[in-house]
Amino acid sequence: MLAFVIRRIMQSAAVMLAVALIAFLMFRFVGDPVNQMVGVDTPQDEVARLRESLGLNDPTIVQFGRFIWNALHFNFGVSYQFRQPVTQLLAERAPATLELAFTAAAFALFVGLIMGVYCALRRDSWLAQIFQAISLIGVSLPTFLIGILLIYLFAVVLGWLPSNGRGQVVKFGDWWTTGFLTTSGLRALILPAITLGLFQMTLIMRLVRAEMLEVMRTDYIKFAKARGLRTRSIHFGHALKNTLIPVITIAGLQLGSIIAFAIITETVFNWPGMGLLFLKAVQNVDIPIMAAYLMLIGFLFVLINLLVDLTYGLVDPRLRIAMRS
Amino acid sequence: MPTPTPEEVKGLVGGGAGSPVIRKILDSDILHSFRSSKLTMVAATIVFLCFFGALFAPLIAPFDPFDPAKVFLSDASIPPVWQQGGDPRFVIGTDDQGRDMFSAILYGLRVSLAVGGLGVLLAAVIGITLGLVAGYMGGRIDAIIMRIADVQLTFPAILIALLIDGVAQGLFRGLPREQSAIPVLVISIGLSFWVQYARTIRGSTLVEKNKDYVHAARLVGLPAPIIMLRHVLPNVIGPVLVILTINLGLAVITEATLSFLGVGLPPTQPSLGTLISIGNRYLFSGDWWIVAFPGATLAILVLAVNLLGDWLRDALNPRLR
Repeated sequence: MLAFVIRRIMQSAAVMLAVALIAFLMFRFVGDPVNQMVGVDTPQDEVARLRESLGLNDPTIVQFGRFIWNALHFNFGVSYQFRQPVTQLLAERAPATLELAFTAAAFALFVGLIMGVYCALRRDSWLAQIFQAISLIGVSLPTFLIGILLIYLFAVVLGWLPSNGRGQVVKFGDWWTTGFLTTSGLRALILPAITLGLFQMTLIMRLVRAEMLEVMRTDYIKFAKARGLRTRSIHFGHALKNTLIPVITIAGLQLGSIIAFAIITETVFNWPGMGLLFLKAVQNVDIPIMAAYLMLIGFLFVLINLLVDLTYGLVDPRLRIAMRS
Repeated sequence: MPTPTPEEVKGLVGGGAGSPVIRKILDSDILHSFRSSKLTMVAATIVFLCFFGALFAPLIAPFDPFDPAKVFLSDASIPPVWQQGGDPRFVIGTDDQGRDMFSAILYGLRVSLAVGGLGVLLAAVIGITLGLVAGYMGGRIDAIIMRIADVQLTFPAILIALLIDGVAQGLFRGLPREQSAIPVLVISIGLSFWVQYARTIRGSTLVEKNKDYVHAARLVGLPAPIIMLRHVLPNVIGPVLVILTINLGLAVITEATLSFLGVGLPPTQPSLGTLISIGNRYLFSGDWWIVAFPGATLAILVLAVNLLGDWLRDALNPRLR
């Protein structure tokens, strides 16, 4: 087990190193960092001095080493467009994205689970058919179109909910701001969270439905029926419980995707998060922010994958034996 | 042909063989499954109409929306005919600059399908090449290629496309946006969607390369690239058709998303995504048609392509028959 854990962590580190290399190559070779920092009228010798002080004349490998060292200290340089440290910019916007992603994930898991279970148990009812149709639309409609549709319906026509921004936020501790504590913050959260979560919701719904139908066919469910257990306890105590493991795995793996897809949702709803910052960086070729965001998302994905693998090892005895050999 | 070995059967079940697949398409089996599914026929009609409209946009479109001499600001934001203030010249209204929406959508469809199609083709070429090389060569090359594929697969394609788009924009900075936008988008889509092809092709190549005809070709002394292209490729290309169809929908969505986010095609050369992003600005002034029609076109196109892809996958899979 220990060998597996160590090997798995080493693999993750290697992937992270590869991501860092891409980020570094972007940072170093897409556009000249010095040109971005000086004006047109800066004298040549000052440009040269800046170049030297930034260490851009050192061998590439030394620069890469320095890049990693800085990354480990959360230092990703200064944004070209905002002239502020990238880390600070990202940290200011992280709470908005994380709250949105968390709400969307909770929505997707909760609603997807209920709809999936219903579709499996009442397979031929008209409501199940409607759910199935919704799920087909959910995978086919692009996220931004869903967002526009929701805005048009609930903000323009009905005027029930706000269509952009986070509403009022409350400062919480040193740098965390939360929209969970004010009415306007909660109201502003509803549409973006649904938009972001809808795709994952349909995914979870289809997964739960398929798994549940599979489980309902197994012998132990037949045996439970033969024992004369109540339907409710068969469905929820036995069938659902065994459906949940793959569902939670997928939901966990999808958490990274939710944060990445937040870029689109944040643009549609003008949500002041990291995704919007990243998009502005792509539009203006602000490489330090792009590099930092890439590292951040890369770290997140690697971490989630690692945790899922390790938990699997802990939970599933068959995998543990496979690892030993 | 002698009785197939288990490996050969597995290769066939995986959708392996190439020329039999083409024969299979012509076979009435497929045609029958096509005819018996109304939904598929509707989807195929929609996809055909979209391609037709895109291809012949200059002939069908009542206006040339990009000819400044024929577009008048006085025609701006006219609602569809059935609404008050509609103009019979513009059946589904005009946008903020007085362009006919129907014509703009046809031209937008043209750009969207061209970018999506080229992107998917580029992805297929990259994926097939790398998959063939990885499967046939094996060893370290295989390990490197598949490791890259694994890592890339953990990230959502849209994120990778966005990153590549940003980098490419930085590299092509000298070029005006009108010229660089399409190549940048095609490259972004190509580099974000190759993994699936590579994995599929590698899998079938691993099966094929141990068969007698490959051994024979090697004994004759043919160089590896010839064996890969002339002998292995025709036998592993079958499943690519299905991936191509399914990925076309994804690629069109990706292009539309990038354009909507403002890093795709510029408003002077709009795709469906650009049209939607323009229309989105007028949502609050009540000019719903500027966003609704391009949006509906995109949604219906993608839905139809997806349905077609699903049907194709099932129809070509012998296990489901």
